[in-house]
Amino acid sequence: MKKGGKDKIKVAFFDFTGCEGCQLNKLNLENDLLDILEHVEIVEFREAMDDKADEYDIAFVEGSITTPECVTRIHDIRRRSKVLVALGACATNGGINALKNIHDIDEVRERVYGKDKYLFPTIPVMPVHAIVKVDYKIYGCPMTQEEFVKVFKALVMGKKPQVPNYAVCVECKLRENECLLERGIFCLGPVTRAGCNARCPSFGQSCIGCRGLVDDVNQNASIEILKRYGYSLEEAVKRMNLFNTTEVKVEP
Amino acid sequence: MRQNLDINVHHVTRVEGHGNIVVNVKEGKLERAYLEIVEAPRYFEAILKGRNYKEAAIITSRICGICSLGHQMTSLKATEAALGLDVSEQTVLLRKLLIDGATIQSHVLHSLFLVTPDFVGKPSVFAMIGDYREAVLRALRMKNIANLVSEVVGGRAVHPVTPIPGGFTRIPEAGELKFLKEKLVNEMLPDCDATVELMHQLLDTIPNFERETEYISLQCDDEYAFYDGDICSSDTGRVPVDRYEKMTNEFVVPHSTSKHAKANRESFMVGALARFNNNSSQLLERAQRAAEKLRLKAPCYNPYMNSIAQIVEVVHCTEEAIKIIDTLLARGLKDEKPDQEPKKYGRGIGSTEVPRGILYHDYTYDRKGLIVKANCVIPTGQNLGNIDYDMKKLVPEIIDEPKESIVKKLEMLVRAYDPCISCSVHMLDVDFVE
Repeated sequence: MKKGGKDKIKVAFFDFTGCEGCQLNKLNLENDLLDILEHVEIVEFREAMDDKADEYDIAFVEGSITTPECVTRIHDIRRRSKVLVALGACATNGGINALKNIHDIDEVRERVYGKDKYLFPTIPVMPVHAIVKVDYKIYGCPMTQEEFVKVFKALVMGKKPQVPNYAVCVECKLRENECLLERGIFCLGPVTRAGCNARCPSFGQSCIGCRGLVDDVNQNASIEILKRYGYSLEEAVKRMNLFNTTEVKVEP
Repeated sequence: MRQNLDINVHHVTRVEGHGNIVVNVKEGKLERAYLEIVEAPRYFEAILKGRNYKEAAIITSRICGICSLGHQMTSLKATEAALGLDVSEQTVLLRKLLIDGATIQSHVLHSLFLVTPDFVGKPSVFAMIGDYREAVLRALRMKNIANLVSEVVGGRAVHPVTPIPGGFTRIPEAGELKFLKEKLVNEMLPDCDATVELMHQLLDTIPNFERETEYISLQCDDEYAFYDGDICSSDTGRVPVDRYEKMTNEFVVPHSTSKHAKANRESFMVGALARFNNNSSQLLERAQRAAEKLRLKAPCYNPYMNSIAQIVEVVHCTEEAIKIIDTLLARGLKDEKPDQEPKKYGRGIGSTEVPRGILYHDYTYDRKGLIVKANCVIPTGQNLGNIDYDMKKLVPEIIDEPKESIVKKLEMLVRAYDPCISCSVHMLDVDFVE
């Protein structure tokens, strides 16, 4: 990648509405972090440092768009960034935040803030790409450190990062796990984008769909599969909604 | 004396979440001094409604990436209490081991990555790499080992995957625990000692400020309480956890999207310093020595010392983790069948000590095991009032210092509480109307 300004590539991290777990996973990179720092300059990262900058070669954006202020701020960041990467489920598809969207928004506000429901503006939860152009996406709740490092390195070397577009089942089979659906446990492996190395099924926990749906997923066929294992359409959609409200198109 | 002062620190850095410091002195009179919370709410309460009991901990984990384990543990305890699910002694031990790992991880992140830059006069931990390379590498190592505990037992450091209602989906193997123990004994303990030594050298940079307040934490008879206990107030003593509403009394203030709380006075403090003040005699031996060396003595009324209390707890949790691993290995690890059918339905309350203080989850389930009502009271929300009162006492004491110095001390004060603003805002209690 072409370097901005004097020397190192200028990298910034921004957080919108989310749990900051992906930010934490970056700090959890530990020793890799120091290696990366040899090649790039982190110019803005509010959770870890005081500094602020005007322009960025790579901007990593975490969290969902949930308020009018978020909309303004993401425009401003996009304007000053050469490459913008959405980081984690909240940024790539709205994540768990977007479950809010299936409820009546006025009712939700009133239940939380009562008579002050219009004190804090809120809008339906949106992924970053609903507002500005996103160049690359790093999926997952939380994103995996491996995928973050992979994408980061590719960008620094001027390459186009590749992410899987097949189902978690593929990785799960490669790890020779016993199929959870066969064991009678609900699992979203068949419809969820791989790249996590089937972490949850490998620990005996079902896939909860945190990396979003694979592109062009045949949702009706997936629902047929889940129905075959004894789950109703309503139940299947409810489970898929957990991390994918903005992607699931089938109405129960 | 300075007559006028206007401070507005927009989005305090090196804290989790979004908050602003607002201070206003006019004609010698303090008009405003508070921490404004501007984090965008996420309406978790709406998200939880109607969800299955197996999903509650998965969802509430996402309230906060830093405290994900704490939310999971508290959520599981609330669900188990409501549905009558039993857990084995092995599960309790593994959960305590997870809590030790998560506490070390969070405390190291806060005290060494976010706070220490203030003590050594640097804008960030990245800027410390030059002059304090060994300290930074050490902190990274400690975080690494703490995360390893979560990965081995929980399957992942952020949003762990194995803890479910009734137990674990996977029990670690003896070899994995032995490996963890080696890391803890051979690397973590020496790193703890070196960290205590570093903090000892930096003690003089900690602002000298005191304000006595009410300290609230869990307390139990047989250990320094993290996983379980009664609610203990330094003012009024112990009450059972199901009385938590009387000990929190949440209320809305106009300058914060997070609710504030009070118990017996206008405000109270939770977190490492509160735990230390209430339970310091139960700290394990090495942690006792660390406290002595760091001149931390109960009761301590200086909120800036919270970061030091965290270091002492890092030592304690390391010792405790080693003890737990020894016990687990001595007993032999057994496979568990965590999937149990609910034996009852209704309300259940769970409470644990998470890194930032006492956390409560309170759920009500219907006959189908779906959530009808949820309430979570977050440590940072409980601390917000206390931060405001500290600021109101601190500002007049330092009013004649240069403005930059006042701003720095205020930022350091907010940071000392280790506020987790995502947590405090993202879960607001609400009654569902069925």
